[in-house]
Amino acid sequence: MTIKEIDRMIPATRGEASRRRERRSVVKPKRWKRYEAAIIGTGAVVLFLAVWQGVATANQTAKWMPPFFLPSPTETAEAFGKLFTDPRQNIWADLGTSGFEFATGYIGASIVGLALGIGMGWYTRFQYALDPFVNFLYATPRIVLVPLFIIWFGIDWQSKVAVIFLGALFPMIINTMAGVRNTDGALLRVARSFGAPETLVFQRVVLPGAVPFILTGLRLGVGHALTGVVVAELVAARHGVGKLISDFGVTFQTPKVFAAVIFIAGTGVVLTWLLQRIENRFQSWRPQIRS
Amino acid sequence: MRRPAKLVATGVVVEYWLARSESIFTAVDGVDLDVGDGEFVAIVGPSGCGKTTFLNAVDGLIPIAGGSLTLDGNELTGPGRDRAMVFQQPGLLPWRTVLGNVLFGVEAQGTMTKAEALARAKQQIEIVGLTGFEDAYPLELSGGMQQRVNLARALLTDPEMLLLDEPFAALDAQTREMMQLELLRIWNRSRKTALFITHDIKEAIYLADRVIVFTKRPGRVKCEIQVELARPRDLRVKRDSKFLAYEDQIWDSIQEEIVKPERLLAGMPA
Repeated sequence: MTIKEIDRMIPATRGEASRRRERRSVVKPKRWKRYEAAIIGTGAVVLFLAVWQGVATANQTAKWMPPFFLPSPTETAEAFGKLFTDPRQNIWADLGTSGFEFATGYIGASIVGLALGIGMGWYTRFQYALDPFVNFLYATPRIVLVPLFIIWFGIDWQSKVAVIFLGALFPMIINTMAGVRNTDGALLRVARSFGAPETLVFQRVVLPGAVPFILTGLRLGVGHALTGVVVAELVAARHGVGKLISDFGVTFQTPKVFAAVIFIAGTGVVLTWLLQRIENRFQSWRPQIRS
Repeated sequence: MRRPAKLVATGVVVEYWLARSESIFTAVDGVDLDVGDGEFVAIVGPSGCGKTTFLNAVDGLIPIAGGSLTLDGNELTGPGRDRAMVFQQPGLLPWRTVLGNVLFGVEAQGTMTKAEALARAKQQIEIVGLTGFEDAYPLELSGGMQQRVNLARALLTDPEMLLLDEPFAALDAQTREMMQLELLRIWNRSRKTALFITHDIKEAIYLADRVIVFTKRPGRVKCEIQVELARPRDLRVKRDSKFLAYEDQIWDSIQEEIVKPERLLAGMPA
């Protein structure tokens, strides 16, 4: 959120009338103003693709570097299509494996992360006890644990799930805990003043207030979990998208590497976007912020 | 005419433990006062005099270190259904609508069936003048409207005594005057025993049957002024000569308190 957006959320006056805020400007905005962000963004991407295509094509004649160094966007797109149509590729099996690992690890991390985060936020002593472990493991790149997990769980899905689980777990714990901790003191005082029992305070004041934080944790967890899948499979695996990229790489099939990377990035963007939508839905009570 | 006492405070002391200097800080030091049944009492005093602390003690939010507090003869030891507070900060749940927030007080107390609470809440919303805004969210409301919700939430619990902690302090001058008028209109319906904290002398005289002036920290009762202005009062009362005389009297009394530290300093060797 930018300063401007925060500024817009703060009411300017305290009049008696209801103030559903609307965006204002001194002069009448030009019609294309609404689409400015989309136009400039798309333009930048198109420009980037054009330059990329130009450099890749020029390289094919000028031979500054071996052609497999830099496939052109069209080659990448072609490879992308082939990934899904070539019957020898059997990409669906790899997607299934990676998808299963991702889902298991991510859902597991959500359940455990929310439970621990809520516990640590609500019970200070529980937090004191777990803080050293959370800080230690959060600061450690979880990738260094992959060799250990392979020893413990083998190179099949179990070791991948463990990496994904640990990767997604910490942003969820930390955000959930922050959300529970962040409860407005004024609201707690009101609840106490009316003699609300602890369970009611938790259910109706603390938890709803923590929802935006929890959803942010879940969204950040997606990125960590995706990294976990790919990296764990890159190290050692029989199937999966990471394994696929590794195979393409060692056989110098760069267009396919590019295609697979774009596919993974796309998955991340879509999942994050979905969770962002859910987050926005849960914040309908906030004054409208345009992104 | 003295009404039977509802709230009785005798020698109430409230202390805070200051963690940094590891010392005890006395905020309220021996407050004696009583509030009669159906009486509207306002406490004024210089800022930081412990008047809000005293009110929090009456509400049971903070424990007292000495003395006693009774309501209808029952010792007050914690929050209870017999009191409801209207806070300075509205303290509304931002994810709940006006209706949901008005219901929160009775919901927390768990004393009313849902259907009854809903019916009464709608009535209460009408009384505080928020009809048509039942489904609005707090962030869509102005400060004055948020305080109406705050008031409705407290009134819905139908307490024996209403506690108001500078509820209009954060509002602009015009809205504040309107809200004072509104509060009196609403209060007139039930004539509930009320204890109102403010630093605004005019507000205290306008609203109350009796104004109690606190000394500067640690807070004690300095003096009491019986306000003999006929009810119902409209805003013109504020220009009445009697009103102005009360104002002068209270202002002089508070001024003595504010000037104190300078006298102290003047008496000290340079």
